[in-house]
Amino acid sequence: MYDVLIVGAGVIGGMLARQLSRYDLKICMLEKENDVAMGATKANSGIVHGGYDPEPGTLKAKLNAEGVQKLYDVADEIHAPYRKNGSFVCAFGTPEEEATVRELYERGLENGIKGLEILTGDEARALEPALSDKVSLVLNVTNAGIVCPYELTVAAIGNAMDNGAELKVNFAVDQIEKTAEGFKVTAKSGEVVSGKYLVNCAGAYSDRVAQMVGDNFFTIIPRAGEYMLLDKNEGSRVSHTIFQVPSVEGKGILVSPTVDGNLLTGPTAAKVESPSCTETTPEGLEIVARLAAKSVPSVNFRQVITSFSGVRSSEKGGDFIICPAKSVENMVHVAAIDSPGLTSCVAIADYAIEQLQAMGLALVQKANWCPTRENPHAFREMSDEEKDAYIKEHPAYGKIVCRCETVSEGEIRDAIRRNPPAHDIDGVKRRTRSGMGRCQGGFCMPYVMKLLSEENGQPMETITKNGEGSAQLTGKL
Amino acid sequence: MTAHDIVIVGGGPAGMAAAVAAYDSGVTDVVILDREDSVGGILRQCIHNGFGLHKLGRELTGPEYADVYRKEVEKRGIKIYCETMVTAVSTDRVVTARNRQGIMKIQAGAVVLAMGCRERSRGALNISGTRPAGVYSAGTAQKLINCEGYMVGKKVVILGSGDIGLIMARRMSFEGAKVEAVCEIMPYSGGLTRNIVQCLEDYGIPLYLSTTVAEIHGQKRVEGVTIAEVDENRRVKEETKRYIPCDTLLLSCGLIPENELTRSAGIPIDPITSGALVDENRETATPGIFACGNVLQVHDLVDYVSDEAEIAGIGAANFVKNGAVTGETVATKPGNGVRYVLPQRVHTDKGNDVALFMRVTQPFGKVRFTVKSGDEVLATAVRLKAAPGEMEKIVVKSEKLALASEPITVSLEVL
Amino acid sequence: MKRDLICIICPRGCAMHVEGEKDNLTVTGNACPKGKQYAIDECTHPTRTVTSIVRVSNREDTMVSVKTAAPIPKENIFDVMAKIRATKVEAPIEAGTVILSDIYGTEVIATKSIF
Repeated sequence: MYDVLIVGAGVIGGMLARQLSRYDLKICMLEKENDVAMGATKANSGIVHGGYDPEPGTLKAKLNAEGVQKLYDVADEIHAPYRKNGSFVCAFGTPEEEATVRELYERGLENGIKGLEILTGDEARALEPALSDKVSLVLNVTNAGIVCPYELTVAAIGNAMDNGAELKVNFAVDQIEKTAEGFKVTAKSGEVVSGKYLVNCAGAYSDRVAQMVGDNFFTIIPRAGEYMLLDKNEGSRVSHTIFQVPSVEGKGILVSPTVDGNLLTGPTAAKVESPSCTETTPEGLEIVARLAAKSVPSVNFRQVITSFSGVRSSEKGGDFIICPAKSVENMVHVAAIDSPGLTSCVAIADYAIEQLQAMGLALVQKANWCPTRENPHAFREMSDEEKDAYIKEHPAYGKIVCRCETVSEGEIRDAIRRNPPAHDIDGVKRRTRSGMGRCQGGFCMPYVMKLLSEENGQPMETITKNGEGSAQLTGKL
Repeated sequence: MTAHDIVIVGGGPAGMAAAVAAYDSGVTDVVILDREDSVGGILRQCIHNGFGLHKLGRELTGPEYADVYRKEVEKRGIKIYCETMVTAVSTDRVVTARNRQGIMKIQAGAVVLAMGCRERSRGALNISGTRPAGVYSAGTAQKLINCEGYMVGKKVVILGSGDIGLIMARRMSFEGAKVEAVCEIMPYSGGLTRNIVQCLEDYGIPLYLSTTVAEIHGQKRVEGVTIAEVDENRRVKEETKRYIPCDTLLLSCGLIPENELTRSAGIPIDPITSGALVDENRETATPGIFACGNVLQVHDLVDYVSDEAEIAGIGAANFVKNGAVTGETVATKPGNGVRYVLPQRVHTDKGNDVALFMRVTQPFGKVRFTVKSGDEVLATAVRLKAAPGEMEKIVVKSEKLALASEPITVSLEVL
Repeated sequence: MKRDLICIICPRGCAMHVEGEKDNLTVTGNACPKGKQYAIDECTHPTRTVTSIVRVSNREDTMVSVKTAAPIPKENIFDVMAKIRATKVEAPIEAGTVILSDIYGTEVIATKSIF
């Protein structure tokens, strides 16, 4: 019997587990995919939003404002890569757009956001020379930043697991039964776990999980956003995250560096039928290219290395839903976490914990809780001399597997062994960047498969890209 | 830090031929650094035949061709470091490399870059749809099948009719897969006629020209692709879209020279070849750093890679022995019908004949190439046929080269 | 018989047309005698070199590449492939070693050395 069961191991479920892991509790995350961070978490903009955008008085406004610094603090502790690069919200010469920039500034002040300023187009271009000549007025959001959402999640869950939390992957929740002691949760596979408290962090599927206990008061509207990621050659095209003010043509197409040094453009916003609609479309990618070029005309789209689409979980109320379940006791829904959900993830977790406490969950601090996680990128951050010394002790770090991103065998073996362990090729990729570079795994994939096979004692033919049904090989010759 | 006269980055066909040529020019302190566990480069997985007809006068498979050069390298006692990846080359020729023993720094007298190329990925092609397992670049599939002994799919569509794609169509058929189609976005194939005949026609595999893969379907593993014809601007014609069920999509859509090291050393790159700008000795704009093989320009035949590597190896040896080549150079430029000319600059006063290599912009019938500097015609050559997939070579005699005072332009006229 | 085929002897790729009976074929469209010979060979007894791989049983995930030492009749390709697929070898093996003998008048040899 667990104390707390968390449905969903995205950034919200993962951060909740991490924040709960400081207390003397038995925690288990239930994840339907083969790895963590597989829903909206792995395919979003990776932006730490300043907090100027949400309507004052909403949960989004409160948790965004609290969340920025909390996120930076936790990211430091668990060694999740981020950068405070600041963001620009640009108007393109029309009085309406310029008025919007001023409104956002005022709203930001009302939300209690510090470090906001308004720049003229020329002032902004002095800081960001690639910005379009058409940009006339800019909201400069100095506290904003960028973070790698899946690395943040891996780090949070890794830290939670190091502190005793458990993770069950390939556990697709099928039924939830309320029992005298709490909840009996059954997976599609037939596996059953029980827990006293239940938190629904199921992302795009959170309305379905709510329905399993009889709650029908919210409906998730899946919205797909398509992105294009460009080679590191383009990564320094801009240093700030460049937004456009919402307009008739579209909203939210950004141009941003990533923490790994690539350039990210997107997202579109298209209502889709189901959360699994993550295909890219020619129309979507065309919109991304056109609107990104509006902000930064010099972006070279011949340098695209991959495109992807992520599904965000919106809800008609427009705000986060973080509240006790209505039909059963001892359950909290954390749903409709669209933007600024990533920014707010630590604040959201803390807010959910307050609700669990109000329901009677006893929070007793663990004596031996370790807030930090080993830096998974310690090796790549070393100087040549330090690397040389380290390789002499650990030769596997001297064998480079992914040539585009310079990832060694040692780092890949670590990713397969460390919490939360990578079980598939994409899991290795998200943890180490092997296969994330310009050749997109063309050279390193066979070697990564071999390492997975060796580490997990699994035949090559059973190695998958991302879980059941995605085997790369069809047989042995 | 250690020191060697010549450091060769990459032990594929280019690196090995350069090493042998440098050694035979009298510089014996040559080392080869290669990232794989044995030399031979991509030839190790090219188990088909057709290599060596020009260079060695006999028809070999890829591994056999590589072995010819490996034996020459070993005979000379040239040191090979395998599983050793070069991570940096500086303009003053310090080479930093990494292997299981640690980090090596080598002060090189001269450096020969021979890193080869990579395949254009699905992402770079920006094919829309889902991102399931079963999408491979043709070379990755070739490696898994030929070197590791695993099959990658049963029902296959191939995008791109480059030679690797054609070879893989046959290879997959040999191993029992059904190759449903090869789609080529251009109105002509970039592959050799011989491969179209012997890899597709022999097995009844259809080649659809002016056709692309518009969309990939399948959540976990490829379930099918939508193919469609394209117009002259390579835009999909909606009404021609059709679905082909398959579990595998192989991509053979072009090769990109792997010049990340070159770029980070600040060496200027030709935007058309995507390789370094070089002179007739294959010396880059950075003195003492040479380049050859597919990292310099993508070749259609390995035989020509070996030829080019020998030029670079000899150039590197001369640099070590005599220092930098001095004197005036003139630029070469592509003219009508020619996409690029390599080398991009030549010394005119050295008394040597210089071979110019080029590719044409589109398929032509009978053409005459003219090499001119101002009004001076330096060379002409007639070809019965010219195609972008086949590199052309025209030799300019030394006495003609001496007359070149303005940029040299190579253009063609259709006869 | 009547048959159209493209010559593969040189890059020119002549479009050739073959007509007549087995012992008396006429070839048109060829630019050189080599093309004519190729066309006649293709129509009377086409041959191909087969290249493939054989598993090395005493090395993990290691394959040795092989080829027919001479071209074999085209219609026997899949039969030769089946014979190759049914074979295993043990390392060390030298390039040139005979793996299968008596294969349509030739043999299958290793094209790679496995040490």
